[in-house]
Amino acid sequence: MTDVTVDTGYTSPSISALDPEAVRRRVAQRRAAEWRFQAYGVAAITFGLLCVALLFTVIVAKGWPAFLQSTLKLEVAFDPAVIDPAGKRVTDDIMAADYQALAAAAIYKQLGIAPDDAVATALADGLLSTGADVDLRKLVLADPSIIGKTQSVYLLANGNVDAVLKGAIDRAVPEASRQIKDQQLAWVDQLVTGGRLSKAFNWGLFTRGASSQPETAGLGVAVIGSFFMMITVLLVAVPLGVAAAIYLEEFAAKNRWTDFVEVNISNLAAVPSIVFGLLGLAILINFVGLPRSASLVGGLVLALMTLPTVIIAARAAITAVPPSIRQAALGIGASKMQSIFHHVLPLAMPGILTGTIIGLAKALGETAPLLMIGMVAFVVDYPRTPLDPATALPVQIYMWSTAQERGFVERTSGATMVLLVFLLAMNLIAVILRRRFERKW
Amino acid sequence: MVAASDASVLNGSGAKTLTGPGAHSGKISARDVNVFYGENQALKSVNVGIPERSVMAFIGPSGCGKSTFLRCINRMNDTIAGCRVTGKITLDNEDIYDSKLDVVQLRARVGMVFQKPNPFPKSIFDNIAYGPRIHGLAQSKTDLEGIVTASLKKAGLWDEVKDRLKEQGTGLSGGQQQRLCIARAIAVGPEVILMDEPCSALDPIATARIEELIDDLRKNFTIVIVTHSMQQAARVSQHTAFFHLGSLVEKGETQQIFMAPTDKRTQDYITGRIG
Amino acid sequence: MTRLLLSALILALGGAAYGLATDRARQLSGGKLSNLHSRLSYYGFFVALWTVLPALLLVIAWSIAEPMVMHSVVQSQLPADILTKSKAEVAMVDSSIGTIADGFQRLTPTELAAALASKTSLVDLLGSKGVALGTEPEAFQIAAAQQLNRWSDLSRYGITTIALGLAALGFVLSMFRLTGKLRARNAVEKIMLAGLVGASTVAILTTAGIVLSMLLETIHFFQKVPPQDFFLSTVWDPRFSAAGSTGTAGGQFGLLPLLWGTTYISLVALVVAVPIGLLAAIYMSEYASKRVRTVVKPMLELLAGIPTIVYGLFALISFGPFLRDAGAAIGVPVSASSVLTAGFVMGIMLIPFVSSLSDDVINAVPQTLRDGSLGLGATRSETIKQVVLPAALPGVIGAVLLAASRAIGETMIVVLAAGIAANITVNPLQPVTTMTVKIVSQLTGDLEFNSPQTLVAFALGLTLFTITLGLNIYALSVVRRFREHYE
Repeated sequence: MTDVTVDTGYTSPSISALDPEAVRRRVAQRRAAEWRFQAYGVAAITFGLLCVALLFTVIVAKGWPAFLQSTLKLEVAFDPAVIDPAGKRVTDDIMAADYQALAAAAIYKQLGIAPDDAVATALADGLLSTGADVDLRKLVLADPSIIGKTQSVYLLANGNVDAVLKGAIDRAVPEASRQIKDQQLAWVDQLVTGGRLSKAFNWGLFTRGASSQPETAGLGVAVIGSFFMMITVLLVAVPLGVAAAIYLEEFAAKNRWTDFVEVNISNLAAVPSIVFGLLGLAILINFVGLPRSASLVGGLVLALMTLPTVIIAARAAITAVPPSIRQAALGIGASKMQSIFHHVLPLAMPGILTGTIIGLAKALGETAPLLMIGMVAFVVDYPRTPLDPATALPVQIYMWSTAQERGFVERTSGATMVLLVFLLAMNLIAVILRRRFERKW
Repeated sequence: MVAASDASVLNGSGAKTLTGPGAHSGKISARDVNVFYGENQALKSVNVGIPERSVMAFIGPSGCGKSTFLRCINRMNDTIAGCRVTGKITLDNEDIYDSKLDVVQLRARVGMVFQKPNPFPKSIFDNIAYGPRIHGLAQSKTDLEGIVTASLKKAGLWDEVKDRLKEQGTGLSGGQQQRLCIARAIAVGPEVILMDEPCSALDPIATARIEELIDDLRKNFTIVIVTHSMQQAARVSQHTAFFHLGSLVEKGETQQIFMAPTDKRTQDYITGRIG
Repeated sequence: MTRLLLSALILALGGAAYGLATDRARQLSGGKLSNLHSRLSYYGFFVALWTVLPALLLVIAWSIAEPMVMHSVVQSQLPADILTKSKAEVAMVDSSIGTIADGFQRLTPTELAAALASKTSLVDLLGSKGVALGTEPEAFQIAAAQQLNRWSDLSRYGITTIALGLAALGFVLSMFRLTGKLRARNAVEKIMLAGLVGASTVAILTTAGIVLSMLLETIHFFQKVPPQDFFLSTVWDPRFSAAGSTGTAGGQFGLLPLLWGTTYISLVALVVAVPIGLLAAIYMSEYASKRVRTVVKPMLELLAGIPTIVYGLFALISFGPFLRDAGAAIGVPVSASSVLTAGFVMGIMLIPFVSSLSDDVINAVPQTLRDGSLGLGATRSETIKQVVLPAALPGVIGAVLLAASRAIGETMIVVLAAGIAANITVNPLQPVTTMTVKIVSQLTGDLEFNSPQTLVAFALGLTLFTITLGLNIYALSVVRRFREHYE
């Protein structure tokens, strides 16, 4: 290109020297290209926002019925002959009684069916949840004096009845391929008009444990398990993370070791979460011998996973405190440790707290590592300590999502809504904290 | 250009009559220009004419509005959110804030060189060719090479870089980078070149070369230079305007401004009492 | 619980030591606190730390070591013919001995002696105390259980005595060192600093733990399945891991189909996420007004806060069926779980990740470059395409690689939406499976720890870890160099 000889007097063609019409056309083209490019950007953002909207719409649309549950109001006769034939009022005997029979008797009476009509009773049984006995047993154990009396009791209806009330079963489908029979449908309508069958807020979703029946399955165990895990994460990851951040930010010399630690932390933050689960399985369960399915193990795994997040947030918060504060403290004779713990740390606290909450939110929604350490467990009873078997909210969602029954499908989305509400609340707190304590130096 | 007697400019108020034809003649002329950044007024009623094929220097203490005014001339202020310009600026008697005028075309006619050398992370050749390419100034590859060579020659950089046109522009020294940026501006064949403190990031030797270059370029271009250094203004410019606190205080031939300023503030600034 | 009680007791002793030490320091000062080198509380902490730390560390160390010691105690009691049985059976015997020992604890010594002498049924006796035994224990089990109980008693009393002794010793020795000239603050701060250093190494210990544990299990795996059968085979068919069985049991563990599935889904995800995330970031940082930014940005970031299980669920209940029905409507068979389903939904998940990383990178490009281009009369989009993006390219590449690493390690979306069949197919409408899916499916359910069916999960995990680590290190260093370039 250098063989082109041009003397210094050569003037570049100016835009004013070009044909004005050609310039106008070219500028119009460039403006069109500019407009197209902006349109791509708007389209990308619109797509993202649509995804947000779609995601929430789908989950809420599928999940809200889970917060309502069909309930039967029945006059249950607590027949001593069924509950405690020996009449000794021993807990073991009361525990072992056939409560489902009580519930069944109540519904036969309500519908006017003879108890010896095998066909009708079988159909009527299908209106009741098979978990109704648990609730009745609880009632009797809480107050044995009701034995022998007749009381109005709210009992769970069967999942199919629930589906009918929520309009999820199409009555036009031929009886043979419908999960609920014509006779049962007639009864349902009769009970609804009689005010005996209605939908009520589903408290059981929050209080019950695992169950193979959707209507008696709840998030109780999962919520407690998640709570234990969050406490563990808080107690392990936050002190460790803040201490590590203080060391790296305030004390560590700039050398290879510090570099290594830093690279390590940023890499750890990007390690797939499932790998932390493998770590927990190999070390905490196989080597140390902690029990599987325990929320302590889950908490420790999540704590290790959250640690880099806390360290990074804490370091950012500590660097944001201006050096003048440290110098002021050192200048009046405080030791370095004193200047950090008395002055720097309190000022960095809001930032650390915000980072911690965001880390906790991430840990709360994490599923994969918990699958590795046996949190996929069928746990009926509330865990009392972090060493008892438990599940976690996202794991419960996973387990329900693999179940086929209609009731579980809505519960899966319902549980997701519960999880999302928790997460939104945590993020909101983080945002408020940040706004409240934001400080410009 | 004739220095306007500027009693009316001094009070900084809006409505006024201008004396002397100079305020409206020349390549560029500004009339009653106000600039606001949100609520703050950065420039108050500036009136000035900039003569063709000469160098005009804007001087004044930092924050006086001289750079703001410079950026009005090719509408670079459009890129700052919340910036509002009122009044009229014309280039060859054409209103540059006219809604029909395309800013892209304006900037092809009014080039700009910035405080810090800002070569693109591309080769030296591509740096120069960037402008001609986007404006479609070259009809062929040879054309483009001609433009690049000529621009580099005019910027006095040709001999230093002719063997490494494919190397990164960012690999040059600071002074070379700034001359590269000047060459880049020249390559689109502008009529006016705006220079915003082009030497403030350079050492004295590189500064001297740029100043020589500016003197050279005056033959073909109208040049407006903002500078912190009064010596530089005295060395390179034929006309000088002094800005203070957002107002144009005094303007005139450089000789006259430095030797016999009429305004007390100009005097104080030149003697180093404010600044 | 007793261990907790002991720890609490030690902490209480520490509290008392603090009080005594501050009193002593006050005496030493002779009423004038400025005679002391440090403030009173530091003398208190000095003695308290010496009282608490050694004792507490011992308790913690022993708590970790005890199960292993107890295990070897039980092993030493087992007859040789039991030890030669399979690992699973030994483990079963182990746990039964634990149960028996637990049952014995609930009996009084006389009850136990009487029971053992009279050969009454231990199943009934322990059952009445709430401990359920399957079969009547054999003699060696009873002996081992008794031995275990003796050792645990010994351990309990021993550790209590030693820990309390250590606490007392620490207290006495540090009290002796207490003089007015003692630099208590410096001593306390040294211990604190040691604590801080310790905390900063936890990250390294974690990484080391990950590498070591997975490496060990992977070596186990390769002892049963040759490495070439893992890395080079195209057939994944692990069969079932029957409890108690050992050996390969004829399973085939080819990595390639899983690697293919992982790569394919990640590619689809990146094809969705990178253009959209990048364009969104460009629009946000170059065009959007401040007001639009403050509203829209947090809304997009919502996507980043949603747990991946929710995305998986979305793919499972909504997007997958939608694709399948849409395919059926135009006569193209689409499987409900497919590369497209998983990849697309994963792409949505990655949009905010790509866009926030690119946003950082684009903002790091200096404004002067944009001014230079705009000053030449370039339009904004020309400036972005020809100046900003080329300048930001290394950072953008880093962001894409980090996103790729995220995609490769993502688990829940693929578990719910990708399928479980290990296919090598280029048809995006067919299901494939990934490494993470197989790790999950090999490790959930009943585990037989010594079978290749389980161990392969660790080999997969190590492969996954190595790939993502390589990507992360490279991407982070690219981004770091990019930042330094413009700082």
